[in-house]
Amino acid sequence: MTTPPSLLIDSLAFAYPDGHQALFGVHLRVNRGERVALLGPNGAGKTTLVLHLNGLLSGGVGTVSVAGLAVEPENYPEIRRRVGVVFQDPDDQLFMPTVRDDVAFGPANAGVTGAELDAAVSSALDAVGMLDFADRPPHHLSFGQRRRVALATVLVMRPEILVMDEPSSNLDPASRRELADIVRSLDITLLMVTHDLPYALELCPRSVILSDGVIVADGPTREILLDEQLMTRNRLELPFGFDPRNISSPT
Amino acid sequence: MPSPHTHGHDVGERLLVHRHTAIHRLPAEVKTVAMVSFILIVVFTPPEQFWAFGVYALMLAAVARAALIPAKIILPRMLVEVPFVLFAVLMPFFGTGDTVEVFGITMYTAGLLAAWNILIKGTLGVVASILLAATTPARDLLLGLERLRVPTLLVQIAAFMLRYMHVVTDEMGRMKLARDARGFTATGIRSWPVIAQSAGALFIRSYERGERVHLAMLSRGYTGRLPRLDNAVTLRSDWVKSMMLPAGALIVAVTATVVQP
Repeated sequence: MTTPPSLLIDSLAFAYPDGHQALFGVHLRVNRGERVALLGPNGAGKTTLVLHLNGLLSGGVGTVSVAGLAVEPENYPEIRRRVGVVFQDPDDQLFMPTVRDDVAFGPANAGVTGAELDAAVSSALDAVGMLDFADRPPHHLSFGQRRRVALATVLVMRPEILVMDEPSSNLDPASRRELADIVRSLDITLLMVTHDLPYALELCPRSVILSDGVIVADGPTREILLDEQLMTRNRLELPFGFDPRNISSPT
Repeated sequence: MPSPHTHGHDVGERLLVHRHTAIHRLPAEVKTVAMVSFILIVVFTPPEQFWAFGVYALMLAAVARAALIPAKIILPRMLVEVPFVLFAVLMPFFGTGDTVEVFGITMYTAGLLAAWNILIKGTLGVVASILLAATTPARDLLLGLERLRVPTLLVQIAAFMLRYMHVVTDEMGRMKLARDARGFTATGIRSWPVIAQSAGALFIRSYERGERVHLAMLSRGYTGRLPRLDNAVTLRSDWVKSMMLPAGALIVAVTATVVQP
């Protein structure tokens, strides 16, 4: 028996109610333990795709399943436990009065209480190095700290797959590196939406490019970044002076 | 006695005056019930019994003293009342019936009494609320409301307001900076459309943020109820202690009603 892939997307197409079609048949398979970067220009449909992974958007064509479980309304509670989405703006994600309450929000919704809840919260905060800030209100933290807490709020659910939307945006270089260290330390399947190509190379052995609502490339991150034609066609550009050839591949 | 200080500089807790007193330690829900009952009793007291309001004021002063909240903190905060009682001040000058002459100005007795009624009851209510806010952290107030079985929807709205007030005021500050950076100076009525447009933009942004927050909540299994996260138990003795204030007020109110001329 083989374990089902962490994420399997088959022929997913979706149009918004205003008629704007964002996805035109997306196929993607992410195996357990893989770290995959989802690249693509603005407006390619990346966010739309992310919102399909836990059923926040639905009603189009095609199927999504997470570790073998279909993303269908009757499975939403379990799907939302399995798929941990870290949104781009931590102020959207952290809405409870204290860090501890916020991290407890997901498991409490799932019915975890008492000592078990406390232990889960502490261990998730510990994993992102924010245990000492448990009783602080989120808005007293720095941006990098808030993003780490946002990560803890989904790690506490022990998700099958972690989905991060632009994890490195607005972070100073030190916070950016700290977050990378944390992500590397996690033994988890990762789908990372990003414009930060060096970050993708650093963290994700595999990358896919979503462009105009379809996956146009899927392969080792280094090869994709070195394919100049492919990059240009999809409005992807490496930062000035950055050469993937000078950097050892992620493992 | 330590100098009065507030902890942090965050909008939500700006009202809390951090002290270690028995009143600060009382659970939020008993203080809330005590304050609301006190205000209701004050409202039902006949306005012509002037002495009763003096006693109420003394009772609040005693609470303030016990909580170590000095008048210099309470008085400036009472200014929030001004817009609400402004029209009360005008009442004595309009009306019909008996008139009295005060410093050569003619006033109507009924209007004078009505103005006094609004002014004194409003003021006592505001002071009671100030005392509650100064002795109770905002988050505890919310937990207290939850324990009092206030509909969760209302508690949630208040909790989100508390959490996002800071985010929205920050955003407002950034918009003002951006306006000023492009040479805008507020000069009289002609700059009002710009201010109004900024307010509109702020509303839209906050609304859109609300939608994003909702998505983030759904992602983590939100089903319409915020989980209860505390399991503190309220002692009967706490109830007894805090109900002393409304109980005292009730005696005053009943006396005032019974001995009404």
